[in-house]
Amino acid sequence: MDKILIDHGSGGLLSQELIQGLFLKYLPTQRILGLEDCAIIPGRQGKLAFSTDSYVVDPIFFPGGDIGRLAVNGTINDLSMRGAIPFCMSLSLILEEGFPMADLERVIESVAHASDEAGVPVVTGDTKVVPRQKADKIFINTTGMGVVPDHVEISGASARAGDVIIISGSVADHGVTIMGSRAGLSLGGELESDTAALNRMVEGLVSRLPGTVHAMRDPTRGGVATALTEIAQASGVAMEVDEAKIPVKPGIKAACELLGLDPLYLANEGKCIVIAASDQVAAVLETIRSMPEGKDATVIGEVISGPAGRVTLRTRAGGARLIVPLEGEPLPRIC
Amino acid sequence: MKSYGLRYVEEFGGRDLVSGLAFERERVVNRPISLMEVCGTHTMAVARHGLRDLFPAGLRLVSGPGCPVCVTSAGDIDAFIEIALTPGVIAAVFGDLLRVPGASGSLSEARSRGARVEVVYSPMDALELAADERKDLVVFIGVGFETTTPAIAATILEAARRRLGNFCVYASNKLMPPVLDALFSDPDLKIQGVLCPGHVSAIIGAQAYEPLVTKYGIACVIAGFEPADIIGGLIRLVVQVDAGMARVENCYPRVVTREGNQQARDLMFQVFEPVDAKWRGLGTIPGSGLAIRSRFKAFDASHRLGIKTGQVREPEGCRCGDVLMGRLVPLDCPLFARRCTPLRPVGPCMVSSEGACAAYYRTEGNRSTKSSSI
Repeated sequence: MDKILIDHGSGGLLSQELIQGLFLKYLPTQRILGLEDCAIIPGRQGKLAFSTDSYVVDPIFFPGGDIGRLAVNGTINDLSMRGAIPFCMSLSLILEEGFPMADLERVIESVAHASDEAGVPVVTGDTKVVPRQKADKIFINTTGMGVVPDHVEISGASARAGDVIIISGSVADHGVTIMGSRAGLSLGGELESDTAALNRMVEGLVSRLPGTVHAMRDPTRGGVATALTEIAQASGVAMEVDEAKIPVKPGIKAACELLGLDPLYLANEGKCIVIAASDQVAAVLETIRSMPEGKDATVIGEVISGPAGRVTLRTRAGGARLIVPLEGEPLPRIC
Repeated sequence: MKSYGLRYVEEFGGRDLVSGLAFERERVVNRPISLMEVCGTHTMAVARHGLRDLFPAGLRLVSGPGCPVCVTSAGDIDAFIEIALTPGVIAAVFGDLLRVPGASGSLSEARSRGARVEVVYSPMDALELAADERKDLVVFIGVGFETTTPAIAATILEAARRRLGNFCVYASNKLMPPVLDALFSDPDLKIQGVLCPGHVSAIIGAQAYEPLVTKYGIACVIAGFEPADIIGGLIRLVVQVDAGMARVENCYPRVVTREGNQQARDLMFQVFEPVDAKWRGLGTIPGSGLAIRSRFKAFDASHRLGIKTGQVREPEGCRCGDVLMGRLVPLDCPLFARRCTPLRPVGPCMVSSEGACAAYYRTEGNRSTKSSSI
């Protein structure tokens, strides 16, 4: 059988075959926990973090990743941004009738790899199949749980004047890769999604430097610009950011010029903004840079007192402008 | 992409070069000068690079009618929506058009009501869509100036060659020289020089501005889009105005020649012919639009679907027309950031990524204080 049939989601024998033959092949934790209606997980001490996200990316396979890897890393990162240590997640699929079985296997294998690499097991799941054209190929929901160590208080509302603003690496890689693949743009090896799990990096930060990190955000949709304005608004502070210090890979910058896009508004899937006490900046940078996913971390600006939400960008040309949140999908220019 | 594109970005965007030019600029602005940038890409670049922050007090730069989406009339937008709502039709559009309001909503709203709208990056993408979806009629919505139109012409010729019967174009394309002529002839216009569009000039050539300079005595300088290109172009304009001169200067010779691209123009006029066209906020300008020649009527959506552009009133209170003519800066529009925001735009200048109001909103914020009166 090389295509998904409606009956694969029926809960009957074909569903069983899919679970036994495909899901358990790659996600064996489900076998350990038993194939019951829900997973039972040993209790955890402390504050629990809980987050959910759905993934509908098109195309489902793209340079540097795929929808499966994205779904695992995305939920792990959402938990990590509050300083939580993720310990389990769910995987819920909505498949379009006729979806190639080989593609499903590729996605599930990728989910398994991403979950192994991050050390966050998939413990429960579900599959539904809808008729052709009622969904586009595959939609994935992941929900994750994590535990927040007692001493950790990280929130988008906790940035303080005087803090430094750090970005963990180059921006816009994911957004440009997806838009580039949709536009049929090939710019060589550099156009690659940055999808990565950030839980180990965050764990290193909160365990080694307790109390130093005040706010974190993974700048996904809306990009760095939107994430910064949201933190500034929630924290009641202003910010100043230096455009020349924001790392953008040359190929990404070139693609942005070509498509008329601003890298500050494009999605990242393996980066975070870290807002931390300025007297610890060297230690924070060292910790982030010690992880492969943070090797290009750099300070891009500072938190200042001023009108809540006001983020000023000092441009490469030496001018200044305000950064405002993204209002809708970024649109390519036509002229 | 060729690597030189990036090298230019670095070389022409560097802070040292721009601040060097800024120093030069301090020297040259002796008295208040009003200039206009007519290209939406310039509008956006000025905003994005924060260049206004570098201008000396005496220099005023207003936007002109060079954002192709902004100048598309509300009646045309309604026609686009009517096309998209036609059963069996897929409207292929540039993303910029989606949220532009006509009299009966936007294409984005129409899509939620069941209209089939596909965002494409080039007319050739729309042609490929037609080749893939043979049972549907794919209508490419043509907007844009001389930069965009030759590619649409080439696509129509390609569709003819491949005998693709399910592809056609609704042409709302426009020409730059006639609108500049209309603009310059406005007795209320108070600008002394124009920063001419780099990309359009690559097609029409520097020579296209010569008759305008002779007729109206307004300085014309062609410039590229990097910060140093723009500042450099503005300095040349200031120098001309200061010296009481008005001539065409090409500060973008790496892309623009005096003659322009004859081949592209031939292609354009092989398929299209000039017609009178209605511009948003500016009214009808003779010979400023392009229609598909009758020889290619099989590829003309207005012919095939019998779509007529209706007379539609502009939204109440909307002053996009004044913004497009450089009579009003966005911050002084009573609707700016109040009733009209990028999320709920009243007029097109707030929607398009190259619209003057969107550029101001995105980079100057929704500040409530008014700018100094112009």
